Amino acid sequence: MYPSRIDQWVVWGLRFLGVASCALVGLILLFLVADSIPALRTLGDRLIHDDSWHPSEHATDGTFGMLPIVIGSLTVTLGSILIAAPLGLASAIFCHFYAPPMLAGFYRRMVELLAGIPSVVFGFWGLAVLAPMISTLLRPPGHSMLAGILVVALMILPTIALISETALAAVPRSHIAGAAALGMGRWSIIRSIVLPSARAGIFTAMILGIARAVGETMAVVMVCGNIVRVPGSVFDSVRTLTANIALEMGYSVGMHRSALFVSGLLLLFTAIALTTIIGIVEHRSKDREGGAHV
Amino acid sequence: MKTDPDRDLADCSSGEGACAPAGDCSESSCAPRPAQCTEPDCGDDPPAGCCAIEAQGVEVYYGKKKVLTDVSFGMAPGRITAIIGPSGCGKSTFLSTLNRMSDLTIGCKVSGDIRLEGKSILGSGIDLIELRRRVGMIFQKPNPFPLSIRKNIQLPLKEMGIRNRDELEATTEKVIRDVGLWDEVSDRLNSSALALSGGQQQRLCIARAMALDPDVLLFDEPCSALDPISCSVVEELIASLRRQYTVVIVTHNMSQARRIADSVAVFWVQEGSGRIIEHGDLERVFEDPKHAIVKDYVQGGCG
Amino acid sequence: MDTLALPASSKREERIARAMIWCVALLVTGTFAWIVGDVFVHGISGLSLSFITEAPERGGRAGGILPIIVSTLSILAVSLVVAIPLGLATAVLLAEFTRRDNWFSTLVARSLDVLAAVPSIVFGLFGNAFFCVWLGMGYSILAGGLTLACMVLPILIRSLEAALRAVPDEYRFAAAALGMSKTRTVLSILLPCAAPGLVVGLILGIGRVLAETAALLFTSGYVDRMPESVMDSGRSLSIHIFDLAMNVPGGEPNAYSSAVVLILMLLIINFTAVWGTDRWVRKISGQSAT
Repeated sequence: MYPSRIDQWVVWGLRFLGVASCALVGLILLFLVADSIPALRTLGDRLIHDDSWHPSEHATDGTFGMLPIVIGSLTVTLGSILIAAPLGLASAIFCHFYAPPMLAGFYRRMVELLAGIPSVVFGFWGLAVLAPMISTLLRPPGHSMLAGILVVALMILPTIALISETALAAVPRSHIAGAAALGMGRWSIIRSIVLPSARAGIFTAMILGIARAVGETMAVVMVCGNIVRVPGSVFDSVRTLTANIALEMGYSVGMHRSALFVSGLLLLFTAIALTTIIGIVEHRSKDREGGAHV
Repeated sequence: MKTDPDRDLADCSSGEGACAPAGDCSESSCAPRPAQCTEPDCGDDPPAGCCAIEAQGVEVYYGKKKVLTDVSFGMAPGRITAIIGPSGCGKSTFLSTLNRMSDLTIGCKVSGDIRLEGKSILGSGIDLIELRRRVGMIFQKPNPFPLSIRKNIQLPLKEMGIRNRDELEATTEKVIRDVGLWDEVSDRLNSSALALSGGQQQRLCIARAMALDPDVLLFDEPCSALDPISCSVVEELIASLRRQYTVVIVTHNMSQARRIADSVAVFWVQEGSGRIIEHGDLERVFEDPKHAIVKDYVQGGCG
Repeated sequence: MDTLALPASSKREERIARAMIWCVALLVTGTFAWIVGDVFVHGISGLSLSFITEAPERGGRAGGILPIIVSTLSILAVSLVVAIPLGLATAVLLAEFTRRDNWFSTLVARSLDVLAAVPSIVFGLFGNAFFCVWLGMGYSILAGGLTLACMVLPILIRSLEAALRAVPDEYRFAAAALGMSKTRTVLSILLPCAAPGLVVGLILGIGRVLAETAALLFTSGYVDRMPESVMDSGRSLSIHIFDLAMNVPGGEPNAYSSAVVLILMLLIINFTAVWGTDRWVRKISGQSAT
């Protein structure tokens, strides 16, 4: 396949390194599973059924009910995606169809910068500014699910906006020009032509946004209050899976540590599942395009 | 297979006369040639010797699509063979099989047999590097590397194992002179090749291919991306390569073929796949084509 | 840049849509300005030369952040030393030595996608279990750097691969037709051509490493002393901000100032990347125009 002998050596060397970099996924899975096994084996469904989270080194001393934490993760993710999805998509539409060229470039760069701001800075802002504000304006304690949702929404907005815009840009100009020639207005072109054609890409953007929201740690730790319970309202404190790991991993031992690895494993599987969904969507949209050409 | 550094370009640099028609015939590989060249397919009037390249029943598939069917003809050494035909008839595809550039196209499969001086080049054990050094190729769009003019010529030479600076410099100067570029660029060999005009770039690409001392040069519509003036310069240059190299040129410009070629092969699409429908000496094909389609084509197209 | 000049209709629905979209843009811009402004307004006053040349005192409430900057840069260095060769090799493999449709490159691409989606805290767990415990590195700059190397690898590979793929195919054909080996082609032509793009990819990776916190919490640790070797625990700038904000009463002013330092570092890196991309794009398009 390769013309020269050096190439044969080089390609095997490269393959080795390439395999090493993707074996990483396997390695991560291996170590997470290995450290999860004690908890999975001894605790089993106690991880769901125990009525509280008071973990300890030995299975017999503590309670290991992770359900409220899982629900905390789900609600924060759901809330933030509900806010960030329309805002992110609108940002992308603004950039691509409404803003004058200069402003669009400026706006895009700003969103890119926003994407690069460390989560710890978002969290710090949430802690120092947003949570106190919620506490005084709306309802104490301020360190709440609402604060978490807002900060996480802000953090995943750039991801959604940037990827959606790529999808919008990929819509063939001829489609748009054709619609414009029929006398359609800007918004109706966007709604009836652009958004349907960019559907797959926008969906991918949302899934990636969800993936980021589920995995977000620092900002959530800093603003959510971290009390383990099923939240009754958005003003209640809440603890997510990621926050739980960040808070307790440092001192956990034995069964407690293992239970934390189970939650890590859960996060890893979520990431794999979301990536698989994206893969399927991309595959299908590619098939459809391929079909159109034949 | 490293090239012996001692085998420098002296044979050819000592003057055109010293260079035997089909390249370096001092090598033993040329000895069995006459014996293998008894096939009648070398054009109507083969010169002494025989075909430098011989295609036998070449078929090319892109995936499941057959783009070339049963192409058989020979290209005579030291002569210029033009491949003409309408676009999409597989001319360029055929050309790229001659130095196995077709291997770079995903899903491209070549069957049949192609012999370079009697030796098949389609097998899997072929040293592609050596093959491509012997069979140079010049592309439609000039593609010098984004490096200096000097490096463009010397990089492939160094890769061949030539390290001697004097030798590298001598070869560089020689090939740049051969393509008539020396007066234009001798004072800026270290500046970027991308600063040259399109025609100069194309001549540099030809020089770069010549530096490897190939036996065969393949041209894939070398003028189609150039302006008319650069085009005629490049065309004259190609015409001047006759005898020194075996030249195969794909062109869709009928008058160009008529001006420079010795023999012609006409490709045509029939039943959804490219085929060769006529080949032979230039005059014979143009003045007295056997095929009705060819008659219309060459007479309609020569303007 | 490529905004289409679509007809602006005066229909009611069109006007509402336009107004709402402009509102969102203003909202996002305003929030962005608010966050960055807040951090700068509170943090800039605490910035001084001594802030970046002194060690922290009283748990970070006073003093500077010199050891923290040193630790941050050491973690960065460790992660780049590991991630660059691996990333470059994998990118070259994917872009130049495998066909996109073959099972091997599909497998590699899929695992990279998964890797890119793994939350950083999970990398932290893995790093703790593998580097700190299993390989016995303990809480150390080495363990933190290696963990981050794993984390940036997919981003690095993707952007390096894109940079290589952006090099026009004509160079590859020319090199192949001249009988150059693939290896020589990559080394002498494709990598130099792609160099600016490679640098941009690298800078993106650096940005990710500097911004990361969660993966370092229990790999490189909290110790705010000047590290003496890579086996020492070292506190990164991001963790410093986290610790001051969460665990140190009265740590806020210095947390703000540290955040300013971190954001400035990232801004400089980001602008370099953008500037580099622009120049590179111009160079490449200039090439194909001639």
